[in-house]
Amino acid sequence: MTKPLLSINDMSIVFTSPDEPDIEAVRQVDLTLTPGKTLALVGESGCGKSVTARAVLRLLDKNADIRTGEIVYDGRDGQVDIARLKPDSTAMRSIRGAQISMIFQEPMSSLSPVHTIGNQIDEIIVLHEGLKPKQARERTIALLDQVGVPGARDRANAYPFELSGGLRQRAMIAMALACTPKLLIADEPTTALDVTTQAQILDLLRQLQDDFGMAMLFITHDLGVVAEIADDIAVMYLGDVVEQGDVFEVFKTPKHPYTQALMSSVPQLQRKADRVRLQPIKGTVPSPKDRPVGCSFTSRCPHAFGPCAGTRPERTQVSEGHMARCHLLTHTKEEALV
Amino acid sequence: MLRFVFRRLIAMVLTLWAVSFVAFAIIQLPPGDYLTTYLATLSSNGDRVDPATIEALRQQYGFGEPYIVQYWKWISGILGRGDFGQSFEWKAPVTTLIWGRLGNSILVEGLAVLVMWFIALPIGIYVAVKKYSLGDYLATVAGFIGLAIPNFLLALLLMYLSFVWFGTTIGGLFSSEFENARWSLPRLWDFFSHAWAPILVLATAGTAELIRILRANLLDELKKPYVTTARAKGLPEWKVVLKYPVRVALNPLVSTIGWLLPALVSSSVIVSVVLNLPTAGPLLLRSLTSQDMYLAGAIIMLLGVLTVIGTLISDLLLAWIDPRIRYGSK
Repeated sequence: MTKPLLSINDMSIVFTSPDEPDIEAVRQVDLTLTPGKTLALVGESGCGKSVTARAVLRLLDKNADIRTGEIVYDGRDGQVDIARLKPDSTAMRSIRGAQISMIFQEPMSSLSPVHTIGNQIDEIIVLHEGLKPKQARERTIALLDQVGVPGARDRANAYPFELSGGLRQRAMIAMALACTPKLLIADEPTTALDVTTQAQILDLLRQLQDDFGMAMLFITHDLGVVAEIADDIAVMYLGDVVEQGDVFEVFKTPKHPYTQALMSSVPQLQRKADRVRLQPIKGTVPSPKDRPVGCSFTSRCPHAFGPCAGTRPERTQVSEGHMARCHLLTHTKEEALV
Repeated sequence: MLRFVFRRLIAMVLTLWAVSFVAFAIIQLPPGDYLTTYLATLSSNGDRVDPATIEALRQQYGFGEPYIVQYWKWISGILGRGDFGQSFEWKAPVTTLIWGRLGNSILVEGLAVLVMWFIALPIGIYVAVKKYSLGDYLATVAGFIGLAIPNFLLALLLMYLSFVWFGTTIGGLFSSEFENARWSLPRLWDFFSHAWAPILVLATAGTAELIRILRANLLDELKKPYVTTARAKGLPEWKVVLKYPVRVALNPLVSTIGWLLPALVSSSVIVSVVLNLPTAGPLLLRSLTSQDMYLAGAIIMLLGVLTVIGTLISDLLLAWIDPRIRYGSK
């Protein structure tokens, strides 16, 4: 197995507010990213997947605090624990954009409306590579060309509102790849796009990953997208990574009840006679302050038993590289039935 | 872009024509005319005037004629000969009276605007970035005090303090020896040694307002995703803030430049009276009370011109800094 590029160990993130009790948005996250591989981080809205991704670049708001855990990044200058760096420090800034970069969900609002896309891409090249503006622009044009923006030379002078959603996201990708990062974080990059454009962008990302050999952390709530792009998957529920492993294995034999429930709620194309009703997960997601001390899925789990509500399940290895956090895996069935 | 400017220019000419029409109507609205006021002054002094002389004057000034005819005479004089008519009270052509004063107005108030922006911009950015910090609260308190104190009171306060502390009187824009001199270095120096007080007074309220607006705009912009994108590039925080959100937050401020100038002229009247400044404000006030219609009309007209030019400038600036406006108006 290749050396991991970035590993997040036992990370928790707490949001503080002067008027309300603290909210632990991310409780216990362990993730490992390896070069050339894509890890999909899956979960419903508000489960902490974006917060986790932003924590890697230390882009969280000032009221967010990484309480425990470490984010070990094995970069150009040896291992650093990103969780211990100051967000606006030179060390952090030399990683951002240059070694780890990010694409965001909404390409319209994520690009400055009053600067040309060329200007916005040039900037990052000038900043990290110290090129002259003219050389940077040439590089920008080459990049735009590489991500499939037609007429790159002219489009570099266009403003974001003059481009279509797909082109904007391509420009965003060009910006993220400008300094050939080792890790690309994609925070729901296709959610705001229509299905055709989505497929094109996914193809592009896969192809660019082959070209650049970078690791990718891909955040989405769309399991179809996961199947297309990911090598590994990590399923998050209410701040916990409940299951992770090889994407095919997890899809085929999900071990955690939440993952199982997710899989059975995906609609499938079938002949009318074979159709079965989708099984929704009962109940709704509790707010983080009502979360059980133990497994966060307890309140909605069909198999919940004795230790679930009170004890945090351990990270249990199911098979090579396949982990889940569930008491069903450690306790015998008899115990479960008691 | 050229077409944009061209269309704005046409609109500007039409607006000015409308302004002139309304301005002329307004100065004729009060009952009577300059001669009635003049007569009243004379008779209160015990002088008797020959009705025939009055009638002759009335004929000469064309007071008896219908509005349109009077307006036509006035406007054709302005357009054809640059002649704004005669001031009855000063017995001199309006043009010789107003240029100097209007120049002073524009100079003082223009400098006030510059000072305003110069102070408000860094403070506004600071308080938005450091929201709810001690500096933010201090600036807010100071800003509201500046907003709440009437300008003339501040002017009186400054006069009092400078007299008590330094034994000098502030007031006027020039020492007597420089009053009518040509511009030179000593005169400039003299001007600034007088003008700092009115400029400061005029700038305070506006500064407070600008800080509040900039803070509110910037707080909105700082939360936008493109700021996160800029941070994710690895830019230093100050560069992130200055290049992106500040640039966008400036738009609403730039669009206010248009009416800033005329607003300053009209709000500075009392300050000008208190500080005895030779600007256009007091002259306008005086001409309105004595129904010196051509003088009043000319000043109102020129204020209109200032507004329209200010609006054009702010439109052009906006189009320059915001591509969405530039391309939206093709």
